[in-house]
Amino acid sequence: MEISQLERIAKQVRRDIIRMVHGCQSGHPGGSLGATDIVTALYFDQMQINPEQFRMDGAGEDMFFLSNGHISPMFYSILAHRGYFPVSELATFRRLGTRLQGHPTTAEGLPGVRIASGSLGQGLSVAVGAAQAKRLNGDNHLVFVLMGDGEQEEGQIWEAAMYAPAKGVDNLVAIVDYNKKQIDGSTDDVMNLGDMRAKYEAFGWTVIEMNGNDMQEVVDTLNQARKGAHQGKPQLILAHTEMGMGVDFMMGTHKWHGSAPNDEQAANALSQLEETLGDY
Amino acid sequence: MDFTVQNNKDTRSGFGEGLLEAGRRNPKVVAFCADLTGSLKMGDFAKEFPERFFQTGIAEANMIDMAAGMALSGFVPFTGTFAAFSTGRVYDQIRQSVAYSNKNVKIAASHAGVTLGEDGATHQILEDIGLMKMLPNMTVIVPCDFNQTKAATIAAAEYDGPVYLRFGRPKVPNFTPVDEKFEIGKAQMLQEGTDVTIFACGHLVWKAVQALPILKEIGINAELINIHTIKPLDVDAVLKSVAKTKCVVTAEEHQRNGGLGDSIAQVLAMNIPCPMEMVAVNDVFGQSGTPDELLKAYHLDTPDIVEAVKKVVARKH
Repeated sequence: MEISQLERIAKQVRRDIIRMVHGCQSGHPGGSLGATDIVTALYFDQMQINPEQFRMDGAGEDMFFLSNGHISPMFYSILAHRGYFPVSELATFRRLGTRLQGHPTTAEGLPGVRIASGSLGQGLSVAVGAAQAKRLNGDNHLVFVLMGDGEQEEGQIWEAAMYAPAKGVDNLVAIVDYNKKQIDGSTDDVMNLGDMRAKYEAFGWTVIEMNGNDMQEVVDTLNQARKGAHQGKPQLILAHTEMGMGVDFMMGTHKWHGSAPNDEQAANALSQLEETLGDY
Repeated sequence: MDFTVQNNKDTRSGFGEGLLEAGRRNPKVVAFCADLTGSLKMGDFAKEFPERFFQTGIAEANMIDMAAGMALSGFVPFTGTFAAFSTGRVYDQIRQSVAYSNKNVKIAASHAGVTLGEDGATHQILEDIGLMKMLPNMTVIVPCDFNQTKAATIAAAEYDGPVYLRFGRPKVPNFTPVDEKFEIGKAQMLQEGTDVTIFACGHLVWKAVQALPILKEIGINAELINIHTIKPLDVDAVLKSVAKTKCVVTAEEHQRNGGLGDSIAQVLAMNIPCPMEMVAVNDVFGQSGTPDELLKAYHLDTPDIVEAVKKVVARKH
């Protein structure tokens, strides 16, 4: 897909994020806005998927797992626009009886979601399991997983990080949304993550860095990662992103990690985000 | 039921044989183990199906979630480690990725209870049944001997949904029929009686069997039911028995809080309140010792069941 078209989609996703979080006055806009470009590129350009006939087992298609489930508005908007469920359903986000729970879940049967996430640190392990299942099935498709950077503080991440290279799980592309912010502040203040690249490399991963908010660079990097698959090692993309990307007053701060804009702030945000595909 | 002891075998070996059989029957059965392959008796499966066996190292959280990831792809994963590390250590992983996500993962938990013995309280989990039964979607199975553990393992592999399968370390009398089909959720009548119902699970079933002739000698005709599936509980069987006997003793190698007795008490309180005694560990941790010493020390032995029965029968009148 043309880069400009991907950018148009990403713009609508960002509008949806603001409207969804504003609509129910809860949710996590900052990280959602920051990771939008990566997941838009995955779903609209990179992954081989069958949205019309969602299969839980993902047989014969690429699979994506969202480990940091709190950025669900972004995930839901992309799934809806990609055709997994009606875009109009985005209006039900976080409301009683919705399939669009605060954090993604399979309990309500929302197409596109394969496992619950929200409690952090679990998605990489799930993705490793799914990747091994593909190997057992002789299915050459890839498994992608997006994680937060604050999430890297969970010990389980490093259990999975040790396992995947040790067992040669090379059909796996893990992406860290490296915005250097978490709910309590900057990652430097909360828990210095140190040299993330060196850490993953020391564990045996191939590490690629990219600007996760430059659509051309995102597409190029994902192309590179897909080419690098099936060569004996798992791959990690360190995606440098800006929390709150696209809305000026939400950028450069951790304060919008988990807060909803009021009416005035939402209007301001939406004035910065062109409606490209039509609002839900 | 014929209580002839066929041999003395550990229930974990029943799991090992059951896993191998389940693997032979269904190529989708896979197994994960966190560095306790020998203890869990998973070696035969690993040897026969090396491509379907995953050694995770000492990383239980990763193991549970990898199993969930593999289950969603259509496999039937068993995870193997001690009960302590199968539950408390990975509760959040089980809760979110297995139970809430309703994945077809079988959590095989060995060395449960005080009969783990000398390793002491760090490893002797007595809270696992409670932890697991509280989770929606989770089935909780506690078989009583080698044969039944083997059958339960095969049944768990055939059942679609999360299962917690609890078994133990020591060799214990193996008395249930070889290759008897295991029905999840169906209580097993071991001895019909009229004066009291003993509901037991796991290693304490045999301890209760041994109580039967002692009770008979003092004129108490006890009914003994093996509740090998704690959840879903066979409520009909419980109510039917208690409607006849009008008093109950439960026996389990677990905390009183959250265990089998707790499940039975709920059913009785809501349906037919009656005198009840619980043979269980009462709000303390275990300690080092031999399995037999520990069962005596924590009042989980045959004489304790006999005393509980005498007490509850007296309360009935």
